[in-house]
Amino acid sequence: MNRPTGRRITAAALTVIAVATGTTACSSGGSTSAKDEGSSTYTIWDPYPQFAKDSAWAKLLDGCGTKAGVKVKRTAFDTSDLTNKALLAAQQNNSPDVLIVDNPVVSTLAEAGVLTTTDDTKLDTSTVDPNLLAAGQSGGKTYGTPIGANTLALYYNKDVLKKAGVDVASVKDWKSLTAALAKVKKAGKKGITFSAIGTEEGSFQFLPWFWGSGAKLTELDSAQGVSALKLWTDWLKKDYAPNSVINNTQTTSWQEFASGDYAFAENGTWQLANAEKAGFDYGVLPIPAAGGGNAAAPTGGEFVTMPVQGDTGRYATTQKLVSCLTSTDNLYATDTTLSYVAPTAAVQDKQVASDAKLKPWVEAVKAAKGRTSDDLGTKYPKISEQMWKAVQTALSGAKSPKDALASAQAAAK
Amino acid sequence: MKQTTHPPDPRLLDRAGAATAAPPPVRTASRRRRRPRSRQWAAWAFLAPVTLYLALFYAYPLYRNLDLSLRNYTVRSFVQGDAPFTGLANYRKVFDDPTFGPALTHTVVFTAVCLLFQYAIGLALAVFFNQNFKLSATLRALFLVPWLLPLIVSASTWSWMLNSDSGVVNSLLGAIGIGPVNWLTSPEWSLTSVIIANIWIGVPFNLVVLYSGLQSIPTSLYEAAALDGASAWRRFWSITFPLLRPVSAITLLLGLVYTLKVFDIIWIMTKGGPADSSTTFATWSYRLGFGNLLPAFGPGAAVGNLLVVAALVFGLVYLRVQRKQALS
Repeated sequence: MNRPTGRRITAAALTVIAVATGTTACSSGGSTSAKDEGSSTYTIWDPYPQFAKDSAWAKLLDGCGTKAGVKVKRTAFDTSDLTNKALLAAQQNNSPDVLIVDNPVVSTLAEAGVLTTTDDTKLDTSTVDPNLLAAGQSGGKTYGTPIGANTLALYYNKDVLKKAGVDVASVKDWKSLTAALAKVKKAGKKGITFSAIGTEEGSFQFLPWFWGSGAKLTELDSAQGVSALKLWTDWLKKDYAPNSVINNTQTTSWQEFASGDYAFAENGTWQLANAEKAGFDYGVLPIPAAGGGNAAAPTGGEFVTMPVQGDTGRYATTQKLVSCLTSTDNLYATDTTLSYVAPTAAVQDKQVASDAKLKPWVEAVKAAKGRTSDDLGTKYPKISEQMWKAVQTALSGAKSPKDALASAQAAAK
Repeated sequence: MKQTTHPPDPRLLDRAGAATAAPPPVRTASRRRRRPRSRQWAAWAFLAPVTLYLALFYAYPLYRNLDLSLRNYTVRSFVQGDAPFTGLANYRKVFDDPTFGPALTHTVVFTAVCLLFQYAIGLALAVFFNQNFKLSATLRALFLVPWLLPLIVSASTWSWMLNSDSGVVNSLLGAIGIGPVNWLTSPEWSLTSVIIANIWIGVPFNLVVLYSGLQSIPTSLYEAAALDGASAWRRFWSITFPLLRPVSAITLLLGLVYTLKVFDIIWIMTKGGPADSSTTFATWSYRLGFGNLLPAFGPGAAVGNLLVVAALVFGLVYLRVQRKQALS
């Protein structure tokens, strides 16, 4: 046996394998997804992984593609993944043609220079409610158009309130709400549940109370802001709200309410379908402000945006795609499946006409406010992180509401 | 190569592909000249895939993480790729952060307490199962369950059990008259809760490794000790424990690396809260980089690097101790 020859062959074979591995590894570095399929395929990223390939949403996207004369390739991500995925894609010059993102993310992506303005792409946003559109505006420019909106309100359990002898019409401000909670507790039931988890969700749920006190996000530790946090802290102290709210997501909070023991729950439009299934009579109440009237709740829901492309010639087709997605008929269909309130008056009327239960939600959305509005833009995430920390600190008893918000304000600056 | 008694036949070794032995003197001169070249080629070829793999999947990410931590990344400069080099500014920022002190304490406490209990319980169980009684194999298999479950399942289950209002733990405590404990929602208890859950998850690993270590201790030693009249306690401290030392060292080192970077359990159970009371470096790093709408990649990477360095230091300590043991 000629051993050296045998080894040389092995060596050559291994070198070939090594080189092959090397080249494939290198070539896969730059272009992974978006532009490989040529110019007639348009990519869409959305945060709706719950919609499968055969869902109405996926069909709508395909339909809009056909109308614009192109093929559509859709990828669905988890909402929390989408920001970083979009940033990474932009870094690799690989952004999708259409990106549908949660509204407070728009200003972050705009700040990163990832998004085109509606002036550049000639996207018409004139019919959209200005308070909803504001979440996608910064520095006087608009970076997308909302596909739908949702917001928070108070769900209440009619049976529990009846047993406790509470007339829901009497709940008009914080004082009467707290009094109602006291009555419910006396009747042996549980008061209210919400989500105060240490993420953006916690800030989202605290905002109606914060804004309802008259406080402003630029000054977390104002007397009004402290009064809002004190309201929540007192509810926990008096056992009107369970201690578990500190770790509740909006979903776990809803599960508590669905158990039928709770009188009130702060939750969103998207729970409407679940409320029907809950097996008890429920009602919806706008969140009251401190001194009466409705508090402004934060708007949720996504924006349709058009990321910057190397080839600006693509914008015209993309604009057609987006206009198709946000046309009146399609908005109506999409917002019905998402259980969202539409962003334009025309579609809102249509929604209320077909389902009267949506009326309080349409009202709430009209009174709602974007988290990044007031030109806060990318300042909002910093403030929000400090705010949810302060809420957690006060609710867990580590600090008083005043001290918690004071250190939050110092850190948010 | 463990054969030390009689020198190995070089031709045999050669056929096996181990290029260690000197060429036998019977070879012709021409062959002797050509061999080192082809050998070198073969050696490089064998090395190439693993080197490439290491470079692509280990060295480059590490380098990127270091680079991230030394630049001032904003979302804009992340996308444009023109983040200015700022030296150690991110590290300074991290050290000055009010979260740094608590996070460091929590990481140290979390790691130390988890390791201590995991090791002690694992060893006790290993000794127990080493008796080989009836059903011991079945019971041992049952102890592996925490290890087999996906972390998200066990962590979610723990957070349900420890729920303040509807958790099974509090209702059991209530039955014996102890008031509800806010396991996950009070700053005093949250770290304890995640430590308990992590100990539960880590015990099987210690059990398995220590059990296999016990198997390698010759039973003749125990028989001799029994003949000399040594008590069970004495046998444990004079035979089992010293002979298990090398296995213990590697168990503890691996445990340390695993525990330092524990993230999922804490994140699912408490998100590091409330009020940072269960934040460790691992959760802090994640929160800086991904837990906010506006990611702070630089400081996040800096915290991650601190963790890598900590694990590395202990790894070097282990190597040094091992070398000393081998020399003595």
